[in-house]
Amino acid sequence: MWEILFSTHHTDIGLLYIILSLVAFMIGGALALVIRTELFLPGAQIITDPNTFHRIFTTHGTNMLFLWLLPFAAGVGNYLIPIMVKYKDMAWPKLNAVAFWMIPVGMALVWLGMADFTWYATPPYSILRAPGPAAEMWIFGLKILGLSSILGAINFIVTILKMKHPDLPLMKTSLFVWGTLVTSIMILVALPTFTAALIMLFTDRLGVSGFFNPNMGGDPIAYQHLFWFTFHPEVYIFAIPAIGMAYELIPRFARKPLFSYQSGVTAFVLLAIVAFASWAHHMYATGMDFTMKTTFMVGTLAAVPASALHVFNWIATMWGGRIKFSTPMSFVVGGLVLFFYAGAGGVVNSMMPLDFLTHDSYWVVGHFHLFVMGLITFAFLGMIHYLFPLITGRMYNERVGMITFWLLFVGVSMVFLTQHVLGLYGQPRRVFDYVPVEPLIIMNQIATVGAMISGSGAALFMANMIYSAGKGKPADMRDPFKLGEQYFDYTRKEPHH
Amino acid sequence: MGHGMIEWVYVGVVIMLLVYLGAAAWDVERLLDHPPKDSKVVRVIAQQWFWTFEHEDGTREVGELHLQKGVPYKFEVTARDVNHAFNIPDLTVLIDAIPGRINTVWVMPDATGEYLIQCREYCGFSHYQMRAKLIVEEGVSNVSANIDAKDIPVVLPETKAAVVSN
Repeated sequence: MWEILFSTHHTDIGLLYIILSLVAFMIGGALALVIRTELFLPGAQIITDPNTFHRIFTTHGTNMLFLWLLPFAAGVGNYLIPIMVKYKDMAWPKLNAVAFWMIPVGMALVWLGMADFTWYATPPYSILRAPGPAAEMWIFGLKILGLSSILGAINFIVTILKMKHPDLPLMKTSLFVWGTLVTSIMILVALPTFTAALIMLFTDRLGVSGFFNPNMGGDPIAYQHLFWFTFHPEVYIFAIPAIGMAYELIPRFARKPLFSYQSGVTAFVLLAIVAFASWAHHMYATGMDFTMKTTFMVGTLAAVPASALHVFNWIATMWGGRIKFSTPMSFVVGGLVLFFYAGAGGVVNSMMPLDFLTHDSYWVVGHFHLFVMGLITFAFLGMIHYLFPLITGRMYNERVGMITFWLLFVGVSMVFLTQHVLGLYGQPRRVFDYVPVEPLIIMNQIATVGAMISGSGAALFMANMIYSAGKGKPADMRDPFKLGEQYFDYTRKEPHH
Repeated sequence: MGHGMIEWVYVGVVIMLLVYLGAAAWDVERLLDHPPKDSKVVRVIAQQWFWTFEHEDGTREVGELHLQKGVPYKFEVTARDVNHAFNIPDLTVLIDAIPGRINTVWVMPDATGEYLIQCREYCGFSHYQMRAKLIVEEGVSNVSANIDAKDIPVVLPETKAAVVSN
């Protein structure tokens, strides 16, 4: 135990990342259930103070994005990247440990503070009205988490480009390596803007500056540009590792070689570049002029062909393969289905006139959850099942794994597809209560029941992981999924530390 | 290269579909972005957590807005404290209300009745019940267009900040 905590070995740190992110996933999920229970009926149910509700959804969002998605991807990267590029560890093991141990600090600040200004901390609310010290704690928490991602990203880039085995050309590495490389470069390009904005937010709160404070001649819209310049690419920073994981899993479980390696790499690079051309599509309703709206609509649509290439690649790989729907493959294919819905919804959002129907409504909530919960979390859950024998040497319970998948798939579809319709009925997002009319009540109840179903799926998943890690059957390390091929042909047991 | 061909065709179809959708969206938005010249102006002021409406003739309404059927209205939306968003879901009217800025949006109600006006941007404690009522009435059209220049918000060219004088 202590050995792992103080270790700088990449598998130990990878494991720590994964465990920490799963804890965050569970807590974030519990918060989501509180939110959904509150909205089961109009009026106050289990929370009486709207501010408590605001604090809960802010913490839920911040937690899920920065403490579940980012650390989990970093964890799997830590575990696999050195193995995949045939190097003994990450390039800078100590830096790696430092980057990891910053996360619990950021986590503590975000959780204990429980800010109330939503995950995007929009000024002037966040500088004029949001209560401290929660707001300050959130700002510093995010600062630390951002620094941790930057350090992690540098480490990945150097490991992949410099520490790669000389006999292994970059174009022969796994697409997961490509995904991690592209993501890390994107982190370095995107994050500084928000880092700067956080400092400005903080000094604005102190009252020594007025960057975003209209009373001092500042402009709140400037913050939104800085914020989305980081966080639209961030969507792809979350998604690309998940797409890389899908590339790992699909050919193995379809028992067929990948359709096109080249198109996978091309789509990654395209996605990474185009991701920086669409940030202001989150801001159509802030009073942007027509030319700018058109520009960002085109930039947004330009990302679609690249995503479509990935989907094509996956389907073409599966086409005619002898697919084995074990838990990992089921999660990836389920994620693919939800990704398709999410992508189609995204095209609707980017259409300028339609955005004014969907923007800031529950439609948007449903839309981005189909990405983060549908595509990304499903790929992550598939990957953790797939890596389970490698990490623990044991096998999880396959039947429970499949039940987990179906509970989550049905639950997630119920919640988030219903939320799309709720949005079209005009229910704004981030509301403690809604107008008590019948369609809204019924749809909110369907969404809440769906959330309960996915919650039980997630709880079952955790139980399966914890129980099997201690008491599962020992896995056949050559081919635990009975796919007829070597599991990890680079399985190696090197002395730790 | 039969394999590659399928992929190119697929990408081509996706791109054509996107170009078509984009062009259609552009064409609609082009119309929606420009209010008709004879629109009546209603100033909408959002603050925590209620709406104030000011008509051209100087009448003020709080929490209720009376409009006439078949008349185009241009809303000049701003906020006093923090960001809000002016939203009439049934009429697809949505624009952010931002302190220091004036955003415009227009609508021509084509049916009488009562509609919900709500805030769609998180703005604090009572965001969820920051609502108002829109009442669309049969046209009477005896409203005189008597605008006092002092009441119209002006945008200072040097700071781009909107100034409301009152």
